[in-house]
Amino acid sequence: MRKDKKQDLPSGGNYKLKASDRVFSVFNYLIFGIFTLICIYPFYYMIINTISSNELSAAGLVNFLPKGIHFENYKALMSLNGLGSAALVSIGKTVIGTVTTVLATAFLGYMFTQERMWKRKFWYRFVVVIMYFNAGLIPMFITMKTLGLTNTFWVYILPCIVQPFNIILVKTYIESLPKSLQEAAEIDGAGVFRRFWQIVLPVCTPILATVAIFAAVGQWNNYQDTLIYITDQKLYSLQYLLYTYINQASSLAAMVKNTGIQGLNAATLATQQTPTSIQMTVSVVVVLPILCIYPMFQRFFVKGIMIGSVKG
Amino acid sequence: MSEESNARSGHRNRAGAGAQEQAVHIGKSKFVGFKYFLWILPFLILVFLFSYFPLHGWIYSFYDYRPPRSLSQCEFVGLQWFKMLISNPTQVSQLLQVLKNTFAMSLLGIATSILPLFFAVFLNEIKCRKFKSFVQTFTTLPNFISWVLVFSVAFALFSANGMVNTFLQQIGFIDSPIRFLDSDSHTYLKMLLWNMWKSLGWGSIIYLASIAGIDQELYEAASIDGAGRFQKMFYITIPELLPTFFVMLMMAVSNFLNNGMDQYFVFQNSFNKEHIQVLDLYVYNIGMTGSSYSLATAISMLKSIVSIALLSLCNVVSKVTRGETIV
Repeated sequence: MRKDKKQDLPSGGNYKLKASDRVFSVFNYLIFGIFTLICIYPFYYMIINTISSNELSAAGLVNFLPKGIHFENYKALMSLNGLGSAALVSIGKTVIGTVTTVLATAFLGYMFTQERMWKRKFWYRFVVVIMYFNAGLIPMFITMKTLGLTNTFWVYILPCIVQPFNIILVKTYIESLPKSLQEAAEIDGAGVFRRFWQIVLPVCTPILATVAIFAAVGQWNNYQDTLIYITDQKLYSLQYLLYTYINQASSLAAMVKNTGIQGLNAATLATQQTPTSIQMTVSVVVVLPILCIYPMFQRFFVKGIMIGSVKG
Repeated sequence: MSEESNARSGHRNRAGAGAQEQAVHIGKSKFVGFKYFLWILPFLILVFLFSYFPLHGWIYSFYDYRPPRSLSQCEFVGLQWFKMLISNPTQVSQLLQVLKNTFAMSLLGIATSILPLFFAVFLNEIKCRKFKSFVQTFTTLPNFISWVLVFSVAFALFSANGMVNTFLQQIGFIDSPIRFLDSDSHTYLKMLLWNMWKSLGWGSIIYLASIAGIDQELYEAASIDGAGRFQKMFYITIPELLPTFFVMLMMAVSNFLNNGMDQYFVFQNSFNKEHIQVLDLYVYNIGMTGSSYSLATAISMLKSIVSIALLSLCNVVSKVTRGETIV
C-alpha cells in the first residue's frame, strides 16, 4: 500500500502541465473508460435483461435500465431439468477440488523443502517436469477409461490435485521464510506433520489463498472435463449445461428466423420464457458467484502474480 | 512477525535441552528421509497416473484402433497414419488449413502481446487512484469467466436478434441482421478480439507489478535532468519492462501450437469451421466426434514433440540473450 502512494506520481510529480500532456491525459482517461465499459456492459446487459419484461427484452428495448421488473425467469429455472444436479456437481467439484488442491499443494510444497527426504531432488523434478508435456486428448481419454474414471465424479478431482506450478510457488515461499521457525519447533519435538499444521500452514495463508482462488475459478469454469469424460447427464457441470442451452437457443432462434417470424416479440407475454431469456438467466446464475467473490479476492490475484513473476 | 520472534526465543531457550533429541534425529535421518518419501508417495502415484501413464496411449497411433475392440484385437499399421498425413491429398489440404489457422491465431496473439505492456504503462499514467483501481478491477474480470460464458455474452450481444443487431436495425443502419457469429468472415480477427477482451486487462497485471518495482530514483534523476512525462515513459518505464515482456514472448512462442480448444470449441459452428479449427480443436473433432482415434493421436503426438522442441529452442534463445532460462 505504501508503495502505491509513490506510484501516484509516476513521473516525479513536479512537472508542469503542458498542452500535450493534457491532451494525452484526456485521451488516456477516455480510452480506459471506454474499454472498462466494454468489459462491464455485457454482464450488466444480461442482468437487466433477465429481470426485465421478456417482451421488451426480446424486442431489444432493454439496453440501459431494467423495464417491467419481474423475477419469473429465475423462478422458471427451478423447474428446468438438470439444473439442480448440475449446480450440485459444480459446487461439489469446486469445493472438494479446491480443498484437495490447496492441501496437496501446501503439503507437497512443504515436503519438498525437507532436505532429508529420500531422493528429494529427483522426485521434485519428477513432479515439476509434467508442466512441460502433455499426452494429448485421446491418450488421456483412454487412460481415464482404463482407470474406470469416465462418468464418475472423481474425474473432476483426481487429475487436478497435483499442480506443479503452484507447488513451485509454495515451495519458494516456504524457503523464503526464516529457517529458525521450523528448527525451533523441531527441537521442541514437533514432528513433520505438526510443523506443517501448526507452523507452515498458518504462515503460508497469503500464497495459499492465491492458489485456492485459482483452483476454485479453474474448477468452476472448466467445461472440457464434462465434454470429454462425461456422458451421464447427472454429472454435467453448470458450464457444460449452459453450453448445451446456448446451442439449443441458437437452433431455436435459427428456426424462428427460417419460418420468417421476425424475432419473438409477436407472440410472447412479458413473463413467458424465451430460449434467449432462459439462456441469459442461466448465464447470470453461472457468472454470479464469480462476480460476487471477485472484488473481494482481487488483491490476492495481484499478489499471487507478483510472487509468480519474481520467480520468472 | 511476532510468531517468528517467539519461535526464535524458544529456539534459544530450548537449544540445550533439545540437543540430545537432535542427535537422535540425525542418526535416524535415513529412515526419516524414507518415511518422508512414503508420505508424498500417494501424490507421486497421482502424478504418474495422470501425467506419465497416459503417454502409453501414443502407441495407439501405430494401430488402427476402433473403440469397442481392445488394442490387441486391432491391426498394427506401423506408420500408416503418419504417411497418410503427408500423402493423402484431402488429408494434406485439411491439415494445411488447420496449420494455417493455428499459425494465424498464434501469430496474431504474438503480434498483440505487446498491448498488455502499453496498457500497463498508460494505466500507470492515470493519477486518479480510484479510477485506476476501478479500471484494473473491471478489465481483469473477463479473465475469470469461462469461455462458455464468453460465448453466452457473445450470443446475447451479437446473435441475429441480439442487442447489437436489434440496435442497428432500430436506428435504421441495416435492414437485415449482420451474421456476426454464424459466418466465416474475419474469423481470425473476431477470435483475436474476443481473446483480447478476455485477457488484455489480466495480462497487464504482471507489468503493473513490474512497474511498482522500478527504482523511483531513476524517475527522480530523470526529472532533475529535465525529462518530461513521455521521455520518462519511453526511456525508463518501457525499457525496464522489456525483460518481463521478453519472458512472456518466449512463453508465447513455445506455446505456438498449443492454442487450446476452449475458445474455438465454443465459437465453432458449421459456418466458420474451416477457419476456426486450430490443431487442438482438430484433434478433438476427428478423435472424439469423428472418424479416427488413431489419426488424432498421431497428430497430437507430433504436436507434443514439436512443442517440446519449441520450448527447448526458446529456452536456449533465452539463455543466450538474457543468461537466464525460462523454465
